[in-house]
Order: sequence, then structure tokens, then C-alpha cells
Amino acid sequence: MKPAWASKRAARRRLLGAVAAVVLAASVAAAQTPAPRTPAAQTPSVQTRTYRAPRTADGQPDLQGFWTNSTYTPLERPDGVTKPFYTPAEAEAAIKLAVQRESAQTEPGTTADVHYDFSQFGLDRSQSLYVRSLRTSLIVDPADGKIPPLTDQGKRRTAQRGEEQKKLGGRWDSAESNQLDDRCLIMAGPGPPMMDAGYNSNYHIVQSPGVVMILTEMIHDVRIIALDPSTRSGSPPASSTGDGRMLVDPKIRQWMGVSRGRWDGDTLVVETTNFNAKNPFRGSDENLKVIERFTRVSDDTIEYRFTIDDPTMWTRPWSAESAMKKTVGPIFEHACHEGNFGLYNTLVGARLEEKNAAEDALKKGAK
Amino acid sequence: MRNRLLIGTTLALMAGSLLPVLTNVAAQTPASPAYRAPRTPDGKPNLNGIWQTMNTANWNIEPHPAGPSPVRDLGAAGAVPAGLGVVEGGEIPYLPAARTKQQENYANRLKLDPEIKCYLPGVPRSTYQGMPFQIIQSTKHIMLIHEFAGAVRTIYMAEQTEAPADSWMGWSNGRWEGETLVVDTKGFNDRSWFDRAGNFHSDALHVVERFTPRSAETITYEVTIEDPKVFSRPWKMSMPLYKHVERNAQILEFRCVEFVEDLLYGHLRKQPAK
Repeated sequence: MKPAWASKRAARRRLLGAVAAVVLAASVAAAQTPAPRTPAAQTPSVQTRTYRAPRTADGQPDLQGFWTNSTYTPLERPDGVTKPFYTPAEAEAAIKLAVQRESAQTEPGTTADVHYDFSQFGLDRSQSLYVRSLRTSLIVDPADGKIPPLTDQGKRRTAQRGEEQKKLGGRWDSAESNQLDDRCLIMAGPGPPMMDAGYNSNYHIVQSPGVVMILTEMIHDVRIIALDPSTRSGSPPASSTGDGRMLVDPKIRQWMGVSRGRWDGDTLVVETTNFNAKNPFRGSDENLKVIERFTRVSDDTIEYRFTIDDPTMWTRPWSAESAMKKTVGPIFEHACHEGNFGLYNTLVGARLEEKNAAEDALKKGAK
Repeated sequence: MRNRLLIGTTLALMAGSLLPVLTNVAAQTPASPAYRAPRTPDGKPNLNGIWQTMNTANWNIEPHPAGPSPVRDLGAAGAVPAGLGVVEGGEIPYLPAARTKQQENYANRLKLDPEIKCYLPGVPRSTYQGMPFQIIQSTKHIMLIHEFAGAVRTIYMAEQTEAPADSWMGWSNGRWEGETLVVDTKGFNDRSWFDRAGNFHSDALHVVERFTPRSAETITYEVTIEDPKVFSRPWKMSMPLYKHVERNAQILEFRCVEFVEDLLYGHLRKQPAK
């Protein structure tokens, strides 16, 4: 697991790539969506729901619109916390601390200083809409709020991954040895499972008969979820929109896997397999199956639950619960790779530092 | 009465001047005006599905003979297939300096073509780049999801606004004109090309596309290009789109960033200590 400062630095590095788009989108979001004052999305799922989601023209529960899953709630329960829910006062304090950490500045004149104020451009989560919850962790199962232990095979695989990464060299040795987000390959948002992306955790859901599409703001990643025809309402669409009963060959492996959906009452259930395991979720491997459940529980909230099932890695499946809150569009193009000056410049900088160090060593040798 | 006559005559003259244009387009993509597409649940022509072009426009939208591969090692596999062209009248009406720039682009295409770098393809290149794309149609938004680089277009059918900033794929507002989806796109940057032959535009580009269903499995796709910084007049392209009818057809990932890292950043790789 990465230390907190590393992920924060990574987040800042990512910014260098697409700063203009980011600033625009973030400022729009900040201007249009004041943070809610009431805790939301603390919906224990086994409750009697009176809310009935609106319907699309073809009769599907309507999940369409712009949503955010931005949150300060960590996936795993923090050490020292022993209960599943905070009191409202404790939750406020935890968020306040998280905001402080997120907005803490680098020290000018140090190597950590990247001349970038994370709070100045509205990029810290607290300046836009985010999902508040009394939960101490997104993980609801196991009951301790922690990812379950690795299997023996999982431990070996994790060690092997470490070796593979070492062979690639140091982080700044090449593009390939760098992090996926710095390389504009994929970020945390699209998943699956879909997670808070640090900033720009915005999504656009569009439905047509037989298909649910989720556009992620980060690197414009799109999930096209074909629905099982037997659970579709309305007339089935032409066959080329995909067929929920059809799985693709196991040889076809993708960064975001292959997703198939079905309606279970008002809940959209999505199963995803065929991952290429290049973007492990908390250490998952290619046998990962992600099961997600999207349920609109109010006009402005989609309850989002997911189960991580990878028997080669973990001793048991584990599940988490989060939410998506209705936000304001539109979503602007996030052309990350096209503007990835950050990666280019850090590689140039690393080579320059090596050259300078070599010259210094030569000079010292000459003396 | 007299006014009406005048208007009538003017319209007739305008129609007369448009006629050659229309015949030309029709010759390339015979339309079947009688065709009425199936409807979506909200009553609009149903364009949902996975579509792809079947031409060599991505090599060169102008008419071109077959030619050798720009990369020697690819031999016949990388060679350029001939194409009748998709530009109405055959030739793009470049301003003189712009034609010179296109020729320079062509000469340096291996270094300059944004496609090679896995950059977003721009519009309308995204349509005929060669990979499939899926139309996902709702009342408020129509999404075009392209396999190449995962390029996405959101067409706003309601809540239409001006482009908030320039972008690769532009800012698209759409409307229905009978059977036809008309998409008006502005707000482009000046970095995408029309094809591998260096045909280009500026940030003044204005694209109007018309998607007209012509049978259950084909769409007539017509594009009007306007860019006074580069072209002497607006001009048109047209071509059919073909629907994938395989039962398991789907858009797969083509996350090409990974495939170009060595090309773009390989020279910045740390060298082993000597």
C-alpha cells in the first residue's frame, strides 16, 4: 500500500497533465454545487423503501444524469476505530481532519514543493459536492471494515508483483515504470468498482433500451453495460447493442473488464469479469469478479454497493457500500494523455538530475 | 402577391444552384428518402447500435491511388489502399497557404499525425477512422462511444450551451429534422487532422453532421465543414455507415496510450550505467 503522501503527490502530478480541463470542471462544479449540510447516503440497505425511481421511456428505472461519488470516507476502517458508524460530531471531526490533510501545502523551496496549491483551484474535495456518511469505512463486510487476509497464493502473487515492479526500475526511470495515473492510462474513477478519484469524481449515466452507459470524467473512460435481454423492459433492441447472456472469450482481457447487467427489481446489478489485472484493485488479480448494485433511493442519491470476489487472492469475498449524489453537468473533455506534460517533464528532469550528478562526480574525481 | 412570386423565384433559383451539389452527394451515397426508421420508446428515429464505415477515408479523404507503406518494415500490410474519396467534388477547397501546409503535414506525417500518438481523433475523423463506434441514444443526450482511444462525444439534445472551452472532440448540440439527426459541433482546438494525409483545420472549425437512416442497417452520413482560416468556402463529405449485426458485437478497449509510450517517451528512458 502506498503511503498517504505518495498518493497525494501522485494526485498533484496528475494535475500537471490536464490542468486546464480540471480547473474548468472543478470550478464549474464548485460554483454550482454547494456542499450539502446534511449527512447523506447513510442508508442501511435493509430498510423498507417507499421511494420508487422514475422510469425511462422504455420502462427502466431511471438512473440518468450527472453524479459524483466523491467522499472522505476511507475504503478501510482507520486503525483504532472499532465501530461501523461515527456519531454526527465524530463524523464532522473526521472530515475536518481529512480536509486539513488534503489541503496541507508543500513547503516552498523544498523538493516536495511543486508550486501547486491543491486548495486554490477547488481541487480538494471539500470545495465541491461530496458524499457524507456516518460510516467509518466503505467496507461493510467483513464486519471489521478491513480487507480480508490474502490466501497463500495471493501472498505469492503480491510478492511476484513487487519483483516485477522492481525490474522496471525506479519510478522516474521510464514511462512504463511510472504509475498508471501519471501515465494517463486509467484512474480510480471508472473501476469497476467505481471509487472516489481524488478529484473530478464525476459521472454521466445515459440509458437506452438494453444499455446503461456510464461516462467517467477522468480520462473520459466509458462503461457500456449491456443488459440481459430477459430482464429488459420494452421491446428488445437490435442485436448489435450487445447481449447480456453472452460472455466474451476468456482470452479477451481488458483494463475495465467486461461488464454485463440486469435489473433485479429496481436495482441494476452489474457483473464484471475478464480483467487484465494491469490495474489491480487493492491487489486483485485476473480472476477478479466484481458485482455492483446500483439502486436509486431518492431523487438525488444512488446507493452503490459492490462485492469483490477473487478467490485466488483473498480468503473470502468482501463488500463495500457507498453512494453517488446528483450533481450538475456538463462534463468537459478530460484529454489527459494529450496534455501529459507532467510525465514528459518529470522524465526530462530525472535525466537532467542524473547528468548533473554524473558531472559532479567527475569533477570531484578530478580534484 | 408580387412578393410571393419573387420569393418563389428566388427559392427556385436557390434550389437550382443547389441541385448539382445534391446530385453529387446522392451519386456517392444513394439515399432512400422513403425509408422511415424504427422509433425509440420516446418516438425518435432509432440510431442505437454499433456502426462503422467501410472506406479508406482515414488514409485520405480526397481521391487517392494505392501507395506504399509509410513504414518500410510493414510492407504490403501497411500499404495505402486506393480510395475514391469522400469529399464532394473530389478536392478540398484549401486557401493556397493552407494547401502548402497540408503538403508539409503529409511529408512529415509520421512525426505529426495525432493518430500515431494515440491522441483523440477529432471530428469527423472519429467517425471514419476505421474502428467501430456505438450510438447510445436517450432523450436528452446522444452518446457516440468510439473504440479508438475510447474517444467520447456527448451530443446535447436539450440544455444546449456554447462550448465552455476548446477541446479535441468539440462541443456538440443536436436536433432532429424529420428522419435526420443534425449535429452542430464547434469549440475545437486546432490539433486534430481529418486523415493520415495531413488534411487539417484550425480552431475556427465548424462541423455540421447529418445522420439519416437509409435502411435498417445503414445510415447516410453527411458532413459540412466550415473553417474560413483554412478553406475558401464550406465543403462536404458523405459516406454510408454500416451497422454491426453480429449478435455479440460490442465495443472493446483500445487503450492505445500504452502502445505509444515507447514511441513518445522512449528517448527519455534511463540508460544503464556505463
